[in-house]
Amino acid sequence: MNTETLKEQKVTVATTERISGCEAIVRCLLEEGVDTIYGYPGGAIMPVYDELYKYREQLHHVLTRHEQGAAHAAQGYARISGKVGVAMATSGPGATNLITGIADAQIDSTPMVCITGQVASHLLGSDAFQETDIIGISTPVTKWNHQVTRAEDIPEVLAKAFYIARSGRPGPVLIDITKDAQFAEFDFKYKKCTGIRSYTPIPKMDLEKVKAAAELINSAKKPMIVWGQGVILGQAEEEFKAVVEKSGIPSAWTILGASAIPTDHPLNVGMVGMHGNYAPNKLTNECDVLIAIGMRFDDRVTGNLATYAKQAKVIHFEIDPAEVDKNVKTDIAVLGNAKETLAALLPLLDQKNHEQWHDEFRKLHVVEFEKVIKKDLYPTKEGLTMGEVLKEINEQSKGDAAIVSDVGQHQMIACRYAKFNKSKSNITSGGLGTMGFALPAAIGAKMAAPEREVVAIIGDGGFQMTIQELGTIFQQRLPVKIVVLNNEFLGMVRQWQQLFFDKRYASTEMINPDFVSIAKGYYIEAKKVTKREELKDAVAEMMGNAGPYFLEVCVEKEDNVFPMIPTGASVSDVRLS
Amino acid sequence: MEKTIHTYTVSIYTENNIGLLNRISAIFQRRHVNIESIVSSVSEIKGVSRWTIVVKVSEEQIKKIVGQIEKQVEVIKAYYHKDEDTIYQESCLFKIKSDLLFEEREIQNIIKDSGANIVTVNKKFFVLEKSGRRNEIEEIYNQLIPFGIMQFVRSGRIAVTKDEMKISEMLAAFSN
Repeated sequence: MNTETLKEQKVTVATTERISGCEAIVRCLLEEGVDTIYGYPGGAIMPVYDELYKYREQLHHVLTRHEQGAAHAAQGYARISGKVGVAMATSGPGATNLITGIADAQIDSTPMVCITGQVASHLLGSDAFQETDIIGISTPVTKWNHQVTRAEDIPEVLAKAFYIARSGRPGPVLIDITKDAQFAEFDFKYKKCTGIRSYTPIPKMDLEKVKAAAELINSAKKPMIVWGQGVILGQAEEEFKAVVEKSGIPSAWTILGASAIPTDHPLNVGMVGMHGNYAPNKLTNECDVLIAIGMRFDDRVTGNLATYAKQAKVIHFEIDPAEVDKNVKTDIAVLGNAKETLAALLPLLDQKNHEQWHDEFRKLHVVEFEKVIKKDLYPTKEGLTMGEVLKEINEQSKGDAAIVSDVGQHQMIACRYAKFNKSKSNITSGGLGTMGFALPAAIGAKMAAPEREVVAIIGDGGFQMTIQELGTIFQQRLPVKIVVLNNEFLGMVRQWQQLFFDKRYASTEMINPDFVSIAKGYYIEAKKVTKREELKDAVAEMMGNAGPYFLEVCVEKEDNVFPMIPTGASVSDVRLS
Repeated sequence: MEKTIHTYTVSIYTENNIGLLNRISAIFQRRHVNIESIVSSVSEIKGVSRWTIVVKVSEEQIKKIVGQIEKQVEVIKAYYHKDEDTIYQESCLFKIKSDLLFEEREIQNIIKDSGANIVTVNKKFFVLEKSGRRNEIEEIYNQLIPFGIMQFVRSGRIAVTKDEMKISEMLAAFSN
């Protein structure tokens, strides 16, 4: 043994102390820089809650009204801050209630650590009270999961959990800790995880591939960029903007890529996908080089793969090797973190402006404006449109608000029309399409970024899936702005029924409660708007209010969201009506 | 990409972790791919498990499946090979009444010609072991079935690749 190890050992002795597993859990969270966690107590996690009480000055635990709310709040926290969101629940139903949020985080690559209590290890497999095999249940929807049955394993496992959740392509991790492991005492020492031998978070960038990509981009006559959340998760916004501006390439975004560069950036040509903008969808099938950056060619983006960008050479900048060639065959795949690969690409690009090519986007935008946008934003009919509500919010927030949207028509309208100046401003459930996401996610977002205006845009259907989180908002006195766009329908499903099921409105009409009274029941200031002339003042009152505020806007019942690519159709068959 | 169905041998090097089987089998299950056989064992590297999974899919499918397997945190490396790129074997056991061994001369010839080994003999039964390719095992099975087999079991495929799998170097690189 050399002197160095001896010294190390001395240090170790000096820094260890004997504590319980449950205290260790809280200490690990603090070591990882966690300041807020969302959860719900119960039998198998109570020892940890006892410690949370002792540490309440250092670690803020937010009691949600349902574990699903805790998971979505942790997601909202993570999405606006880029930090790992933490949710906690007890065993059995507490743990299973987290699953929807975990599945949502998995498909949307959101860094999250969930800690669940479990029955004592000697009871495992005995069908004990509130025992459920949460490891088995959560396996397909987690990046990693692990059950801890010995207190001394807690620090190492939690260190790994945070490392795995936040590194590479982020994702949710679930750690299940038996009650006996929470009670047992051991010598605590924390060491952050910096690597795992079986896990390569970021594949090595191949400079030759970057050069090949640059050559292809430089020689392109009609190049088009489609970027996704990879730009935001990789903190590559600056590098991305520089690449876009130097290359002059029209750039479109997926729903989760929104806000990586500002909405009104001249090279931003809008959203792709099912309800994306007309020009980028149409021109996907006319570009000669398609440059995909940190996106995964989801079916809602590509429509029918057999007719998707067949004429184009495809370059894919991607952190996850399993995404390459998964849906769209690429000609050049550049693996690595977007921050690094785009920085390497930038000096190799020629300065261009692609003026004529941009004209084609502008021409199609005019078509979309005339046929869709004008009706949405400047309606002449009597009923309010969802679009004009978004327009009003844009004008009053000046595009600085973070918009947290739920799932459905209002989500598509929010993503199409919300104005974003800053990155990480569009928080929505993309891949999983989880109704009920927005209200709890807005809680997490507001707590992670209290300096920002957080506006939740929710439909009357999704609102009632997690409506009880109004209680959390009230208890935490969170100045979240909640806008419910009420069309008394599960609007998106109704739209499909109208278009594809001959208007057979099966179980989509909703007879709703008095939402304003419900909000007021939670002591949240609330207002209902039914007429256009009331909208401006109502939004102003909401934005000017220092506390939480609920605004219900009754909108046209049977409006549809266009453009639309029907399922299975080609992106070039995007419909305007 | 290649759409024809082939038999692929997937070799996976993993950390030995409870629950990983669940995680890996879910990848096949989600895609409705039937696992023909699965074997888990130690590998040439201390502390590293090696799994051998046989599936019948297209090259396009196997590429994506292996991509998803490799993505799992506790998987060190995964490979897929066609039959011609591996040396592979299965093993099987037959439990047969001992009388037959002495009364039926034909059984003795089958044992001799097939290169099967007698593992144990007692008054009631004897156990025959045969390793080899699937067709060799099927052949002896078909030969023995008329005499009556008390029990039969066949293992999953185990395989080594003709080419090198540079797994040790990868692990060495990590510890440096």
